[in-house]
Amino acid sequence: MTLTLRTQAEQVAANFPPLLVRAETLASSVILGDHGRRRAGMGESFWQYRQATAQDDARLIDWRRSARSDASYVQDKEWQIAQTVSIWVDQNSSLNFSSNEGLETKLDRARLIGLASAVLMLRAGERVGLVSPHIPAKRGREQTHQIASALSTATRSELPVSSNFAPHSRAVFISDFFSDLGALESVLAKAATLGVSGLLLQVLDPSEESFPFSGRTIFESMDLGLEFETLRAKDLRPAYLERLSARKEHLQMLANRTGWHYQIHHTDRSATQALMSIYASLERLR
Amino acid sequence: MWSLGPIGFASPLLLWALFLLPVIAYLLRAVPPAPIRRKFPGIVLLLGLRDKESHSETTPWWLLIVRLLAAASVIIGFAGPVLNPREQDLPPSEKLLILIDGSWATAQDWDNTQSAIKLLIEQAGRDRSLTALASLTNLPTELNFAPAQLSAFTFEQTLPRPWEPNEADYLGILERLPEENFDTVWFTDGLERTGRDAVVTALQSRGRISVAAPAGAVLALRPAEVTDGNIALTILRSSESAAEITIRALGLDPAGIERVFDVSLIQFEEGALTSTVMFQLPSELRNRLTRFDIASVNSAGAVSLTGDALRRREIALLDADSSKEGLELLSPYHYLREALAPSADIISGPLELLLLANPDVIVLADVANLPPSQNSELTRWVDAGGLLLRFAGPNLAISESGLSNETTLLPVQIRSGGRTIGGAMSWGEPKTIAPFNEDSPFFGLAIPDDVNVSTQVLAQPSPDLADRVIAELSDGTPLVTRRSSGLGQVVLFHVTANAEWSSLPLSGLFVQMLERLAMASGSRAQLVQDLEATTWSPSQLLDGFGQLETVDTLEGVDGAKIASGEINANLVPGIYQANEQTIAINAVSEDRILTTASWPSDANQIGATERKSTELKGSLLVGALVLGLLDIFAALSLTGRMRMAQMLILLSILGALPPSAKAQDDSFAIEATENVVLAHVLTGDAELDQRAEAGLWGLSQALFRRTSVEPAAPMGVNLETDELALFPFLYWPISAEQPIPSQEAYAKLNLYLRRGGLILFDTRDADIAGFGGGTPEAQKLRRIAIGLDIPALEPIPQDHVLSRTFYLLQAYPGRFDSLDIWVEAAQPNSEKADGMPFRRLNDGVTPVVIGGNDWASAWATDEMGNRLYPVGRGMAGEQQREYAYRFGINLIMHVLTGNYKSDQVHVPALLNRLGQ
Repeated sequence: MTLTLRTQAEQVAANFPPLLVRAETLASSVILGDHGRRRAGMGESFWQYRQATAQDDARLIDWRRSARSDASYVQDKEWQIAQTVSIWVDQNSSLNFSSNEGLETKLDRARLIGLASAVLMLRAGERVGLVSPHIPAKRGREQTHQIASALSTATRSELPVSSNFAPHSRAVFISDFFSDLGALESVLAKAATLGVSGLLLQVLDPSEESFPFSGRTIFESMDLGLEFETLRAKDLRPAYLERLSARKEHLQMLANRTGWHYQIHHTDRSATQALMSIYASLERLR
Repeated sequence: MWSLGPIGFASPLLLWALFLLPVIAYLLRAVPPAPIRRKFPGIVLLLGLRDKESHSETTPWWLLIVRLLAAASVIIGFAGPVLNPREQDLPPSEKLLILIDGSWATAQDWDNTQSAIKLLIEQAGRDRSLTALASLTNLPTELNFAPAQLSAFTFEQTLPRPWEPNEADYLGILERLPEENFDTVWFTDGLERTGRDAVVTALQSRGRISVAAPAGAVLALRPAEVTDGNIALTILRSSESAAEITIRALGLDPAGIERVFDVSLIQFEEGALTSTVMFQLPSELRNRLTRFDIASVNSAGAVSLTGDALRRREIALLDADSSKEGLELLSPYHYLREALAPSADIISGPLELLLLANPDVIVLADVANLPPSQNSELTRWVDAGGLLLRFAGPNLAISESGLSNETTLLPVQIRSGGRTIGGAMSWGEPKTIAPFNEDSPFFGLAIPDDVNVSTQVLAQPSPDLADRVIAELSDGTPLVTRRSSGLGQVVLFHVTANAEWSSLPLSGLFVQMLERLAMASGSRAQLVQDLEATTWSPSQLLDGFGQLETVDTLEGVDGAKIASGEINANLVPGIYQANEQTIAINAVSEDRILTTASWPSDANQIGATERKSTELKGSLLVGALVLGLLDIFAALSLTGRMRMAQMLILLSILGALPPSAKAQDDSFAIEATENVVLAHVLTGDAELDQRAEAGLWGLSQALFRRTSVEPAAPMGVNLETDELALFPFLYWPISAEQPIPSQEAYAKLNLYLRRGGLILFDTRDADIAGFGGGTPEAQKLRRIAIGLDIPALEPIPQDHVLSRTFYLLQAYPGRFDSLDIWVEAAQPNSEKADGMPFRRLNDGVTPVVIGGNDWASAWATDEMGNRLYPVGRGMAGEQQREYAYRFGINLIMHVLTGNYKSDQVHVPALLNRLGQ
């Protein structure tokens, strides 16, 4: 037992720093823009100087600014309020696939994007949590490590139908959405009732888009549970592509209905792109 | 052997398997390729889809073709195809006559002809047929059919001769033909000659006749001619197959080493059987020319010896008194110039300058007195071999110089005043010239009637006057006198060189006389009439392969025979000398044209030497292998197991193999230079190469144990591809079968020898032959050595430095113990110093050591140090082996330290200087 634990721990340790480091590097490439509320209020960063009124505590007077004129000034801070963001990274075996040795697997990419967006939002002061395995949303740097270790170690993470979301919080779901869409549908419906909006990020391998196969082929699912044999793989291409686009349309439709965003990311594109799109859609949803 | 066009098959039955190809094709199309198992998450989307067609994707047609081709090449390859199969099986005949042309043209392809004849004789031996063998250029006294072994023995002594069979030879063979019936195999050189048809008819009447003609064209050179100051050389070919050949002009450099002066590439015009090339050489080079030859053709016909024919002599005319004005036609030199100009270079000027130019002849026309200093210089020049030609005249007649006692510069004493005959103030008729004496150089020249002499200077009677006269007038007074002085001679014409005293300078006789005096170089046509009644002694003779051999013991040849131009056993091509003249007799005459012989249609053309038969099995199987590889790539990429990019990378890796071969080359050089490495020349005979390597290994070990030389493992060297400069020493075992190195290899070898390398040639035949004997190995060595820059050799002297470089040795045994070891000859001036054990020999290392003691076998050990080959018997044998090792060690020490030991001559002097 200890041995297993230790091996796992070592595996995690082996996996964890690069993932975190990469995620942080990725996150640092996105400059935190106007995430503030753009009005004075509780917060840490400077917003404006204004003349002190009678209600203001004397200790709040900014003496350095006031010394330059006759009036006394108070420093207003920008109003910052923490959002709650739930992240779900699908760790299903079907993601553990890359068509080419030069490409990351979809799983690696999904984890990376998930963690990077977590880092990014934690840095912005949001409260970030994981849907499955469940990690309650918290703030601070410690949360980064929590999420990173949870993402590195988790082997399976179904989308729990009974997921609890904080009302009006935000969510990011990262998956290839090849599994049954029923669970997703019910979760989205529930989220919509809670006023939760978010982003569906579909991570796909380029070969899943192009279906570049020919000849006699036996296709297997990643956990070897399913098998499908064809004599002329090339002939299946149109049918496959049709089905794929149908699925994409279905996802888009779901997103539209519940006020979510839907994005597709390919593993042969840069991860920064995906991060930017997550960031932008969370901004828009605000 | 069943054959299809030029391709024969060893086992043609296998070809039936080709009918399997359609079956294979059907199977390939019918059987689907094995499925690929492929993980794919998108399978969820595929579930429930149906294939439109029930059968799988078929093999594409081009892949099918590749596979069928591969299968076909395997089948055909194993059927043992041979391109141009040798018709090895002439139907056996009871009696077989093997007829060989044996001319110089046979020499060109002698290796092939030789092996073909050997095969034929062997086969005849197996068939138990009786054979007879005759070479047309060297007819046997009688033709008898005898067991094949005897023919094999006769054939051992048969070599191509430097002449061709003539009509007499054909008649001779007709006379000798036995009456009984027999079959004939005629190894011809392919040239048409008169008289041959009769022999063919006679042979056909006796039985079957088969003809083996060589493959390529016969090439030959006509004698070089001088036209317009250039040397024109005509090249002949017998057929159009030889289009491009290289002609070399060879001669001796001042050190006496043969060099290539000029090389010219000849391109025959289409359809032309002759081609002429011009050589322009400076006259110094031209005078040194000895021969032209066709590179890469070894036959007497491909050598054109030059002799004196090309030599332009330099004749100096002394301007005694150039200030003197006179009419051109009265100048004594006018006639000399006219007579000599066509065939000689003429220079004139004051004597000091003329002597500097070192001409062949100096002409003094009516010059009586020379200053004493010039007199002695001129005397020295004559003694060194010059020909001083003097003409009388009024000045000489009245001068006192020739009167008192004999001066060195006149052949005879002159009586003062001269005499005039047949003039207005004298009695008598002008005198004519008496017929020339037999011992006169002018003997044989026709004397025109109208030549007469009216004035002459007279010689003082003396006892030896008669010996010195080489031409006289009808009254017995001398006309031309001659005296030898040192190496040269002084000749005096007792008349003037102009027409004043006689009409001789106006006649053709004058020119001929000058030529006879070796002044002019005439073309052959001019020579012919001069050749009558002269005797020429051969100095160097050509053998059939075009190799010059020095001879000094053969009897002289009558000039008339040379004039007839018939080259046969009595007049072998080569260099002949008489008096001061050298004449070259070439195997090919000036008007020769080579034509290909045609044979009767029922003559069986066996073409034994014609086309090399090539086994195609290997290349076909390799082809199949390549196709198989292609098929693998194609199949992989078709089924998606391999991407195009990967394939390209793989192909480029395959394509990038040569650079790695280059790296190998470097490693060869590094290996050879990291330590002293003894090397042996790879002969192509695996057993012999192994023996040489084992020998050098054993010697290396002995060196390692006994001396401070610690050689690495020996290496085999391929003369054609490997760098020789890396090795200080090459051991070259000679086998009769090894190929002659190419021109490039020869260039490399010569460079190697010149830069201080040493080659030990080992003919390994000292048990059965003396050096230079007729063993096949010795003959091979001689043919290999033709192209090598080997200096004069001598049997190893007792005091050679090789006998004391490490051990003191008296003998140099290997597996055999013969003393016939040859090394570079010592300089002639090396003298034995007083009290010294040996002479001061030449200052270098001998570039070659030649012997036949089979040293490698005596040295050879395996890795464990066990002796591999027996030497002698018992202890004596072991002692001989020990001496063999000592010789090897001495040799390597000699190579590595040079003449270091030879410097011991100085030891007494040094000790003396030290006061010991």
